[in-house]
Amino acid sequence: MPSYVDPSKCDGCKGGDKTACMYICPNDLMVLNKEEMKAYNQEPDACWECYSCVKICPQGAIFVRGYDDFVPMGGQVHPMRSADSIMWTVKFRNGNMKRFKFPVRTTAEGAANAYKGQKGASLDDECLLLEGALPTPK
Amino acid sequence: MALPNKPKGEINAVVNPEIVEHDVDVLIVGGGMAACGCAFEIKKWAGDDLKITLVDKASMERSGAVAQGLSAINTYIGENPIENYVKMVRNDLMGVVREDLIYDCGRHVDESVKLFEEWGLPIWKKDADGETLDGAKPAPTLREGGTPVRTGKWQIMINGESYKCIVAEPAKAALGEENCLERIFIVKMLLDKNKANQIAGAVGFSTRENKVHVFRCKTALVACGGAVNIFRPRSTGEGKGRAWYPVWNAGSTYTMCAQVGATLTMMENRFTPARFKDGYGPVGAWFLLFKAKVQNGLGEFYANSDAVKEELEKFMPYGASAVTPTCLRNHLMLNELKAGRGPIYMATDVALNKFLEDRRAAGMDEKSVKKFWKHLESEAWEDFLDMSVGQAGLWAGANIEPEKVGSEIMPTEPYMLGSHSGCCGIWTSGPEESWVPDVANESRAHKYKWGYNRMTTVDGLFTAGDGVGASGHKFSSGAHAEGRIVAKQMVKFCRDNASFKPELKQSSQELADEIYAPVRLYHEHVGASTAADVNPNYCKPAGIMMRLMKATDEYGGGVATYYMTSGKLLGICLDLLRMLREDAAKMAAGDLHELLRAWENYHRIWCVETHIRHIEFRQESRYPGFYYRSDFPKVDDENWKCFVNSTFNPETQDWLCEKVECINIVETDPWL
Repeated sequence: MPSYVDPSKCDGCKGGDKTACMYICPNDLMVLNKEEMKAYNQEPDACWECYSCVKICPQGAIFVRGYDDFVPMGGQVHPMRSADSIMWTVKFRNGNMKRFKFPVRTTAEGAANAYKGQKGASLDDECLLLEGALPTPK
Repeated sequence: MALPNKPKGEINAVVNPEIVEHDVDVLIVGGGMAACGCAFEIKKWAGDDLKITLVDKASMERSGAVAQGLSAINTYIGENPIENYVKMVRNDLMGVVREDLIYDCGRHVDESVKLFEEWGLPIWKKDADGETLDGAKPAPTLREGGTPVRTGKWQIMINGESYKCIVAEPAKAALGEENCLERIFIVKMLLDKNKANQIAGAVGFSTRENKVHVFRCKTALVACGGAVNIFRPRSTGEGKGRAWYPVWNAGSTYTMCAQVGATLTMMENRFTPARFKDGYGPVGAWFLLFKAKVQNGLGEFYANSDAVKEELEKFMPYGASAVTPTCLRNHLMLNELKAGRGPIYMATDVALNKFLEDRRAAGMDEKSVKKFWKHLESEAWEDFLDMSVGQAGLWAGANIEPEKVGSEIMPTEPYMLGSHSGCCGIWTSGPEESWVPDVANESRAHKYKWGYNRMTTVDGLFTAGDGVGASGHKFSSGAHAEGRIVAKQMVKFCRDNASFKPELKQSSQELADEIYAPVRLYHEHVGASTAADVNPNYCKPAGIMMRLMKATDEYGGGVATYYMTSGKLLGICLDLLRMLREDAAKMAAGDLHELLRAWENYHRIWCVETHIRHIEFRQESRYPGFYYRSDFPKVDDENWKCFVNSTFNPETQDWLCEKVECINIVETDPWL
C-alpha cells in the first residue's frame, strides 16, 4: 500500500496546522483525519514509494508495505535518517537482514551558502554568478 | 449503502472559493531542480524593487524528479571538451537536436555541480591509489581539483539521498521564504489583454484551503517537469504509482505553454527506459560501474553478437557509436523478446563475482576480499536506496541477492520528458551570440534565437529543464544550470520592458469559476446516484486517467503492441482523445485532492494529444525501440532529419505542424 501509518505511533503531529507527512509528500497523498488525530495515505496507488514521509515522521510511525500487485509479502525496507547520514535496514521475506549506512550531507542543515547580496556584473552577456569568460564552440 | 454520498479525502471543496490576487514582476512556476536554480540565481541580477514569487504544487524540499534522491549526477563535463558532449547527445537522440542549447548547457553545468558540493552534497572521489571514497571522506573538492568517480564519460557518483533538500535550501534562502508559495498548483498561464503574444499571468489553486490564486506578472518561468501516467503502465494496480519518472509530473509544462501559443518541438520523442522489471530501479550504475551485461532467456549475452552488429548497421551513423543510442538498445532488446527469447536479465551475479575473482587473481587474501565485498555490496544497494527504494523492497520481498541471481529488465511504458534520454519540449531561443545560427525567417518557430536565451516563442514566457525541447541529457545538474540561465534572462526582460503593465483578459471571478468547475459539477449532481463515483452527469478523474492510458496504449504505440502504431491507429487515437478532451470538461471533484487530479488530467490529455499529433506528422520511425510506425518503419534521414514543430493558435484554436531545419554547429565529420 506503499506508505502506511502505525496508529499506535502516530500522534497527528499533536494537532498542528499540518502534519510533517502532509507537509512533505510530493504527491499530496498524506492527510490527517482530525477526529482520530491520525494521518493516512489517501491514494496508495499513486504512491511512488519515495519514502519522504517515512524519513520525516518525528514519531517513526510511517512504514512501507510493497505494492501488492508485484511484491511478495514479508520484506521491509526502513530508514533512520539523521542530519548527516541515513541507516537502512533491509529485511528479506526469508528473514535475512542487511544494514547499510550512507552519508547524506557534509554541511550542517541551514549552512548552504545562498550568496545573498552578491551581484553579477553585466546583464547583457551570458555569464552567470561565479563564472568567468565563457567558451564558444570550436 | 453509503448514502448520503460524501467527498473523498479530508479537505472538502466548496463551490465559491476565496480569490487571492498577486501582482509580481517575475513568476517562477515549479519547484524542482530548474526552478531551484532560477530561485538561487535571480537575485544576483535583480534589484530589490523587483517582486519575484515562486509557486510549487508540493514542498520544495522534496518536489520534482529528484525528490527521492539520486545516486549519480549524469552530466558533469569536467575534463571533456563540451563539443564531445554535444556529439554524444546528438547521437543518442538520433541526430535531431538543438546543438546550441546543448552546448550552452554544457558550458554552465559544472558550476551547478560545484555549488551542490559546496552546499553539502557528498560526491564520491578517487584517492591517490585509484580507490573509491564515499562523499563524506576527506578529499579535495571538485573546485579544488578533486577527482570524481566517473562511471561513464559524463556521470559521477554521489551519496545523493538528500540531493533535493540540499539544493532547495539555498534556493529558498536566496529568494526569501516569504516569496516561495507551496501547495499551490498553477493550472493555466494567461496572455496579456492588450499586447499580443505576451505572457501576463497565471492562475491556480491551493490544495490546502479553498482559495484560487490569480497572478499578474511581466515574465514567467514554467518548469514543472515531464509527463507520467500518460500511457498504460505495466503495473495497473497499486504498482501504478511505481512509475519510473515521478508520478506527479502530469505534462503541465507542455500543456500550459502550448495553450498560450508557445511552439512545441519534437513532441514525437518519448522515453521508454529499460529498467529492472516492476521496481524500475536504475540500471546505469549496473552497466557502467559494475560492468554488468544483459542475457536473454537462452543465457546468451546477445549485445555483442554478429546479428546485433548487422542490425545496428541499418541505423548509420547512429548505430556505429561505441555507446549505442538508448532507443536502439531497446530495439535490440525488443527483437529478443519478440522472437520469444525473453526474458532479458541483467547478470548482476556474473558482474559482482567477476570483481571478486579479479581481486583474488591479483593475489588479494580472503579476508581482504571479504572486506572488499562488503564495500561492493553496499555500493550496489545504495544505488537503489538513494533513488528507487521500491526496487530494494522488491528484491527484499522476492529474496533476491544480486550476487547470487540476476534480475529481469524490461522496457517500461512511455514517458515524455526533455531532460533525460529524451527531448520533447518547447522550442526556445538560444543565446544571443554570433555562433548561434541566424535563420532568416519571419516565424520564431524556425529561428534559433530571438533575444532572450530559453524564452519560448511567447514574449516573457520562459522554460527550463524538462520544458526545453530538442536538448536532452541535461539531467538534474543541467536542469539546475538551465534554471540559472533563465533567471538572468528574466531580469533582463523586465529591464527591457520596464513600462509594460500586465492586464489579464478574464476577470478573476471568471478564472475562479473555470478552475472550480469540477467542484460545482460535483455538488450539482452528487445526489443523482447512490454511489458517488458512478453518476450519469459527471466522470471522476481516476476513471478519465485510465481511459486516457487505455487509448494511448492500444492505439498510440504503448506496451500492448510492443510500441507499434500506424497512421490508421493514430487517427483512431486522436478521435478517442478528442472525445476524452470533451468529456474531461465533465470531471467532478468533491475535495481539493480530487481537484488536483482533475487538472493534472487536463494537462495529461493535451500533452499526449500533441505527442500523437507529432508521431502522425513525422512519416518515419525516428526512434526505433521507443516507438515504431508500421507504415513508415525506417529512419529516413533524407526526408526527416529535421525538427517537427507545432503551434496552437489560442485565437483560432487551430494547430499548425511544420518541418523545421536542423542545423549542425559542432563538426559532423567525424560524427563522433
